[in-house]
Amino acid sequence: MKVGIADIGMVSPPDVIRTSGLGSCVGVVIYDERVPVAGMVHIMLPDSRLAREGDTNKAKFADTGISELVHLLQARGAMLYRLKAKMAGGAQMFSFQSQSDTFQIGLRNVQAVKRELKGFRIPVMAEDTGGSNGRTIEFDPATFELHIRTVNKGSSVI
Amino acid sequence: MDYINKLHSIHLDILKEIGNIGAGHAAAALSALLNRAVDMKVPNVRVSSFDDMVELAGGSEREVVSISLRMEGDITGSMFFVLSLQQAETFTEKLLGQGKLSSDSESLRRSALQELGNILSGTYLSALADFTRLQVQPSVPELVIDMFGAIISYGLIEASRYGDKAIMIETILTELDEEEASETTGYFFLLPDPPAFRTIFQALGAE
Repeated sequence: MKVGIADIGMVSPPDVIRTSGLGSCVGVVIYDERVPVAGMVHIMLPDSRLAREGDTNKAKFADTGISELVHLLQARGAMLYRLKAKMAGGAQMFSFQSQSDTFQIGLRNVQAVKRELKGFRIPVMAEDTGGSNGRTIEFDPATFELHIRTVNKGSSVI
Repeated sequence: MDYINKLHSIHLDILKEIGNIGAGHAAAALSALLNRAVDMKVPNVRVSSFDDMVELAGGSEREVVSISLRMEGDITGSMFFVLSLQQAETFTEKLLGQGKLSSDSESLRRSALQELGNILSGTYLSALADFTRLQVQPSVPELVIDMFGAIISYGLIEASRYGDKAIMIETILTELDEEEASETTGYFFLLPDPPAFRTIFQALGAE
């Protein structure tokens, strides 16, 4: 199961779910250990208020993406109080000194995701965020392990 | 995505011409640097989803060398000159000469690549500025070696504020290999920020 950019997906064992080439984007996995279903969202921007036009893609933004994922999991029988999260990404690939609203977007994505998760009282069990390297991540809903691959810093499991 | 819906074929032709002029000058500069014939393919103007964009140049997870910059001035946007690892190695050998390099050869290779990217992207952008008569100032280019998707997605951030598609001008530089077959030398990806399109079309009297 592959999740694209600004996309959301659900997975059940024995399948795994992955998203590739995370730079400043953040991949967030939310799961309930008692229900065989997990979800992943690939977030691009911290806040839906950054959208210039009415934007209907909830998966793109941290504020709308996290709540959408929580609702999808609840619809599949997950309980809010049991939900846990793992996350990776939010790198700063470049150091351009930009005047734009998207300055330090990786860091702001990570902060926004954490703020949203906190709002739902969902604990972050593990994370590999920040830095300046790209990441591909894969989550196994049977073991709750998040596998992270980079090209410069090897692979890890969190 | 109003600005995308308003695109007509004349606009696509203008963007293609920008790729043509910009990369044409860059190909000539690369030719002069390497002292061999460098050609280019007809530019592609892609109006595609983000997922399609990151699958170019060998795919999202492919490790590539990129020299990237931000454009500021009358128009803003991002530009990437992307090379395969192998091509980057070939270039540094040609620029620095083969044989043993000293212990800090890695940083020497990096600065040679960085300088190559500086020259090529600077040439591309000044041709763009001449053609449109717009002021375009490039930032200091940055060399990054990482997954293509992680690099190019930075250029999609501004477009993502306007919708789920982006407009990219892609130009591929080519060289003839030993068997006279055309081989990809490098990719230029120019991603103007959404407000830049109107400025470009206005400047060329085609709004």
